[in-house]
Amino acid sequence: MVAIASYGAYIPTFRLSRQEMSQAWGIPGVPGERSVANGDEDSITMAVAAGFECLAGIDPASIDGVYFASTTPPYTEKQCASVVAGALDLRKDIFTADFTDSIRSATVAIRAAYDAIESGSAKSVLVVAADNRPAEPETMWEQLLGDGAAAFLLSKEGPATVRGFQSVTSDVIGPWRRSVDHYVRAFEPKLETQYGYMASMVAAAKALAEKESLGPKDISKGVFSAGDPRAHAVLGRQLGLEMPQLQDTGFLLLGNTGTPQVLMMLAAALDAAKAGDKILVANYGDGADALLVEVNDAFPAVPGKRPLQTYLMTKRMLPNYNAYASFRKLMDRDRFVPKSSPVTYWRDSKMELALYGARCRKCGTVQYPLPRVCVECGTKDELDEIKLPRKGTVFTFTLDHLVGGEYLSTPVPRIVIELEGGGRIFMQMTDCDPKEVSIGMPVEFTLRRLHEGAEFHNYYWKCQPVRGG
Amino acid sequence: MPGIKDRVAIAGVGCTKFGEIWEKDQEDLLVEAVYEALDDAGITPQDIEAAWVGVMYSFTGMSGGTFVEPMKLFGKPVTRVENFCASGMDAFRNASYAVAAGVYDIVVACGVEKLMDEGSSGLPMEGGHPVMSGTSAPAMFALAASRAFHEWGWTKEDLAHVAVKNHKNGVAHPKAHFRRAITVDDVLKAPMIAEPLGRFDCCAMSDGAAAVVVTRPEIAKTMKHKDDYVVAKANALAVDTLFPMWRPGFNWLGFPATKKAAAMAYEEAGIKDPRKEISFAEIHDCFTITELLNMGDLGFVDPPKAAEAVRDGMTEVEGDIPLNPSGGLKCFGHPIGATGCRMLYEVTKQLQGRADGMQVKNPRLGLAHNLGGPASVCSVTILGRPD
Repeated sequence: MVAIASYGAYIPTFRLSRQEMSQAWGIPGVPGERSVANGDEDSITMAVAAGFECLAGIDPASIDGVYFASTTPPYTEKQCASVVAGALDLRKDIFTADFTDSIRSATVAIRAAYDAIESGSAKSVLVVAADNRPAEPETMWEQLLGDGAAAFLLSKEGPATVRGFQSVTSDVIGPWRRSVDHYVRAFEPKLETQYGYMASMVAAAKALAEKESLGPKDISKGVFSAGDPRAHAVLGRQLGLEMPQLQDTGFLLLGNTGTPQVLMMLAAALDAAKAGDKILVANYGDGADALLVEVNDAFPAVPGKRPLQTYLMTKRMLPNYNAYASFRKLMDRDRFVPKSSPVTYWRDSKMELALYGARCRKCGTVQYPLPRVCVECGTKDELDEIKLPRKGTVFTFTLDHLVGGEYLSTPVPRIVIELEGGGRIFMQMTDCDPKEVSIGMPVEFTLRRLHEGAEFHNYYWKCQPVRGG
Repeated sequence: MPGIKDRVAIAGVGCTKFGEIWEKDQEDLLVEAVYEALDDAGITPQDIEAAWVGVMYSFTGMSGGTFVEPMKLFGKPVTRVENFCASGMDAFRNASYAVAAGVYDIVVACGVEKLMDEGSSGLPMEGGHPVMSGTSAPAMFALAASRAFHEWGWTKEDLAHVAVKNHKNGVAHPKAHFRRAITVDDVLKAPMIAEPLGRFDCCAMSDGAAAVVVTRPEIAKTMKHKDDYVVAKANALAVDTLFPMWRPGFNWLGFPATKKAAAMAYEEAGIKDPRKEISFAEIHDCFTITELLNMGDLGFVDPPKAAEAVRDGMTEVEGDIPLNPSGGLKCFGHPIGATGCRMLYEVTKQLQGRADGMQVKNPRLGLAHNLGGPASVCSVTILGRPD
């Protein structure tokens, strides 16, 4: 048996009204808004955020593997799952892999995790999926896409079981990006909808239902990925499901988040599910995957763990299209690139990515970064590495107009944080209105892409106002 | 410990005009300042036995060659001193020890910086390591300002009074970078740099050089300023944390390096009540908040009362304890490596009654306070007339 032990989702703080996007270009608009990853977010940072939600209350040392699924991996050559594993502070002797090149890779990774557990090669595998797909400016794609992430922990045991995989492969061209393309390209949509989406999804879902002897009335929820809400509704009808049985795609509030979409929808479905529910999941992309999720027990409540709804509600609207253009670096600018070094980045990764500090055995002072000699009592080499909490309060701050920052990110709030449980750390604040920063304000930490020094992605932590806090 | 009290004398001082000196380079500035100091002391370059030159940035100069090459004093023992913004006064400390030890009779301590040649606005940033990225000087001191606002109820207007006072003093000084008086309103309306610090809360980015001729009192007695040379009553250097933002318990309401250096200097000079015994001081006002915090750290005022004391005029040239009669870093300018020696230039001339700008009345003891880094390095020197 393979089960979902836990799950979590992440939606970036920022949203942009599609009206703003249509006005910016003078092109038709569709209703609603989309999620927009901040300029310091990418698929790795969003996957890490979802991963933390998923692993709330779970010992990271119990994880045997991480699969990262995305069509927008920040590295073309270099694994992303290993970065995620480092930030989540997982064991070193685990199996990591990236699943990419198709928005279907989320369920491909779920199936691989399922197979690993079923075969006994792993006891628990974390699947993280994230995307922030590049949309060509002045096209409808900008309005249709959205950014987000989800994470699922598959294990031998858990409140919901997974089974009955059924896949279809299909070589319909659409959507695609060659290695030389900057933006998502699309096929003639009508043709793709009929011969790609509809054909593959119906075939996979029907085959699964047949294999599991499920009629439309046995299905509590249908979680079907979809880029186009109309096609989604048609698919539901073809499978004999009523509208209330269809899990919303998030089209109006998020947009099509690509690879993580199906898992974000499943997370939302599980947030509302009750014992006995059967959830039929089908995911499109160069064919389709279908699987059945059966809820046996309620998922345990974990203090501090946030449902997808919290991420949906805690949002900040971007004032205009310029903000989106700036986050996405759509305009060429001569940007200051700080110096960096792969050597120090590698050597300090435990401190930088896994966020370890130290506690003095003699005086108990918590300190960061890890020193050789205690900053308080001067004792040498009697410091134990400790995992720092990812929250604290603002001790003092400045709003820096001089160094760093871009449109909407200037001034940069630079914060001295009193860590929960003692110790100090110094970080930028992100995803905030600088005017709201005040001494004593609670903050939580979020991994972000800090800069591109030495031409690699330099990830580090920033703080942000507590979402849903 | 014998220390250097009354064992070291300043026999001559020199200082260039500070400012955005586009048409001159570090060689021009250093030669001007050193030759002025030599003329003031009545000696020639060949009389210099050794030198220490304070330079912060490698683009200004590296090695003792920064002094030897422009002066064409080939073969002399010269060392470049780098200790953040306190580099200049640390050059003086090294020079003092050499003459006090009797190794040399006449040496030069000087400092120079050519910030304009870097071509960046604000001090150059490295900021590479993710953990340290983007920590600018204004941001560091703004962290202190936010905390003081929170703890003591200080306001932006309190900071503005410091800038207004220092500009008022600097207007009178022919060598100051800025020669313009400003109002509280000007300060409050200036663009933000690192909140709560605006442009007029920040010192000037300047080019400049300064130099002092250092010897022993018995030799100074035979030189040009035999009747009015000044002696060191104390010099102390304290180096504290490089990373106040990480230091557990750091309260940001002052700087431990200043407190430590001041305590050592007062002890060496035999000063019990600095507020009464120090006649005036040139203190490191890299930012307006720094001057207010320095006042508490140096024991001139109960720390939370510093803002009120400035408003009450305590630190005006006519006040109880004039601070920065030159205009300070704020108005006179802050070519990093030069500032420590520029302070010694000013304090010496004030004590001799020949200040270029505003003259403090009947000074007995003058203090110079040079702070560096994120408040991690502090040098305090107390000068006076020989007893």
